[in-house]
Amino acid sequence: MPSLGADMEAGTLVEWLKAPGDTITRGDIIAVIETQKGAIEIEVFEDGELTALLVEPGMKVPVGTPIAVINGEPEPAAEASSAAPSSTEPSVEPSPVPVSRAPSKPDVRLARTQARISPAARRIAAEQGIDLTGMTGTGPEGAVISADVPSHAPTHSRGLDLVEMRKAIAAAMARSKREIPHYYLSHTIDLTHAQIWLEQTNAERRPAERLLMGALFLKASALAVAERPGFNGFYTEDRFQPSDAVHTGVAVSIRGGGLVSPALRDANILSLTDLMAKMRDLVNRARKGQLRSSELTDATVTISSLGERGVEQLYGVIYPPQVALIGFGAVIQKPMVIEGTVLPRSTVAITLAADHRVSDGQAGARLLNDINKLLQRPETL
Amino acid sequence: MTELSYRDAVRQALIDALNADERVFLMGEDVGSYGGCYAVSKGLLEEFGPERIRDTPLSESGFTGAGIGAALGGLRPIVEIMTVNFSLLALDQIMNNAATIRHMSGGQFNVPLVIRMATGAGRQLAAQHSHSLEGWYAHIPGIKVLAPATIDDAYGMLGAALADPDPVLIFENVMLYNRAGTRSDTTVDITSAAVRRAGKDITLITYGGSLWKTLEAAEVLASEGIDAEVIDLRVLRPLDDATILGSVANTRRAVIIDEGWRSGSLAAEISARIMESVFWELDAPVGRVCTAEVPIPYPKHLEDAALPQVPGIVAAAKATFGTTK
Repeated sequence: MPSLGADMEAGTLVEWLKAPGDTITRGDIIAVIETQKGAIEIEVFEDGELTALLVEPGMKVPVGTPIAVINGEPEPAAEASSAAPSSTEPSVEPSPVPVSRAPSKPDVRLARTQARISPAARRIAAEQGIDLTGMTGTGPEGAVISADVPSHAPTHSRGLDLVEMRKAIAAAMARSKREIPHYYLSHTIDLTHAQIWLEQTNAERRPAERLLMGALFLKASALAVAERPGFNGFYTEDRFQPSDAVHTGVAVSIRGGGLVSPALRDANILSLTDLMAKMRDLVNRARKGQLRSSELTDATVTISSLGERGVEQLYGVIYPPQVALIGFGAVIQKPMVIEGTVLPRSTVAITLAADHRVSDGQAGARLLNDINKLLQRPETL
Repeated sequence: MTELSYRDAVRQALIDALNADERVFLMGEDVGSYGGCYAVSKGLLEEFGPERIRDTPLSESGFTGAGIGAALGGLRPIVEIMTVNFSLLALDQIMNNAATIRHMSGGQFNVPLVIRMATGAGRQLAAQHSHSLEGWYAHIPGIKVLAPATIDDAYGMLGAALADPDPVLIFENVMLYNRAGTRSDTTVDITSAAVRRAGKDITLITYGGSLWKTLEAAEVLASEGIDAEVIDLRVLRPLDDATILGSVANTRRAVIIDEGWRSGSLAAEISARIMESVFWELDAPVGRVCTAEVPIPYPKHLEDAALPQVPGIVAAAKATFGTTK
């Protein structure tokens, strides 16, 4: 069971998309698992033959549990790591997941903090892909019974559970603020030229191919961090591991509340047109709860843009184990002094939240200046 | 339809059976001159004569065995045993002969025998006349075990039992004999359980003398917003799984009310079947209301305290809902 984020402790296998004996190649989607962030498609990182499936659909297992064997005899430890090579999360201590319990052992039962779930509620929840963890029910001694299972739940297990997503955000952000010594920088830049360039470019494009300012922000940020590795990579096991590739986590707000930041891979080398297409696809799938496993784990730095929400500055909380978050406020008309004259200009405040264990303010300031320079020459992006 | 008692219904069934088939005869302790210890066969000796209404010595094993022999010989005997406690003297005949001969003869000989007996407590007859051991008989393959609780069943089950080619035991709860009602003309089967009250929130499963207490408890529950379904087992062997389990699957809760003792009881068997078949439909553990595990006491207040009663049934039903109802 791969870790799909700092906050993930266990996942429920929803379905297998491959069977034993199938030949698989790197990148194939072999299974769907249910996490707090919704149903996620699991990709494989090896070529070979799927030899055995170790986890049945419906089973919830801790992160690190072998779920399948590729090429040969079961070797649980090796298989587990090969199934999730991109996981940077130190393996969460496997805790037994209370999938079932023996009612004949009241002492064991009392030690649990989770409410009881009736057999009927358990079956209905499993069929509908609903996680009842943490629910308090109306049955005997607070047991969750069939009538307590939310009726608005999706009939299929794919999709988003906003309550669970909020829990996941809470866990990740609390960990970030507990462990990461953040420092913050802000820099307001002139965006007038970029805006004019964008309008001219879009005038020649069909609506479906038009670029958004967010794509420029993403590309400029990706190019900048590619040159300054102290902001691109993971902090794990008490040391920083810089990343050569730049996979920008794109913060996507979910209607109804919630946030997810899937990775847009190699953002620094994609053309603006490709980048824009991938952004649209990613936002679309994130809001439907159809992200892939690598998209939840691969981001090396997060870019968050508030768009037209109208506030000037965004101070982010770093998504562990990343070490930086670059924020863009709303584009606002402001008076600026240009060659001795006060002029109305389009401006944007770029902010940086960075991990002080890895970088210092001086380096952060250079990063923001680099992004500014790149945005002044949008034609080169 | 005129008003009649459960006792009248059984007597009418006997009369009709004796009239319908000359192979039918009744024998047992005090069934003739005395008219039956519960007055079920009163007047039958005068009407049908000593050939067909036969008083027997106090020898349950002997006259039950004679009944088996008569059945094998082509007659249709109805053996009355005064109470289920006394039937233990005939247990060897019932279990080792009546229940096995068809099997051991390779299907050559059926035993078309009907045994009626009184069961249950509540008449201050103390520990040797008050027990409910029908659950024991329901353990035995080769016989059918019936527990009529209504006027219709008291009348109709006897004829159905006589028509059955194999041994049938009929348990008449002593508290039902004076119960009055009217008889309908509906045909009675000896294969199915009956839903005596439809409901959607909980299934109360019972039989015999406890049926009426359970129906009363269901009304109490209804006044508190719990809509109980009441199932009358009617046939204790073989159990009608489809009716029982179907109801529990709908209501997701079950309480079994059984005048037998709890340990190793019919209630235990039903509870196990619910677990085996509809565990994943349940919203609460199965509850049981059984007789206290003591010899049935003689004093009225202690006898009442030992038996399933309405408040206990209500409490057990409510326990399956927790605190919200």
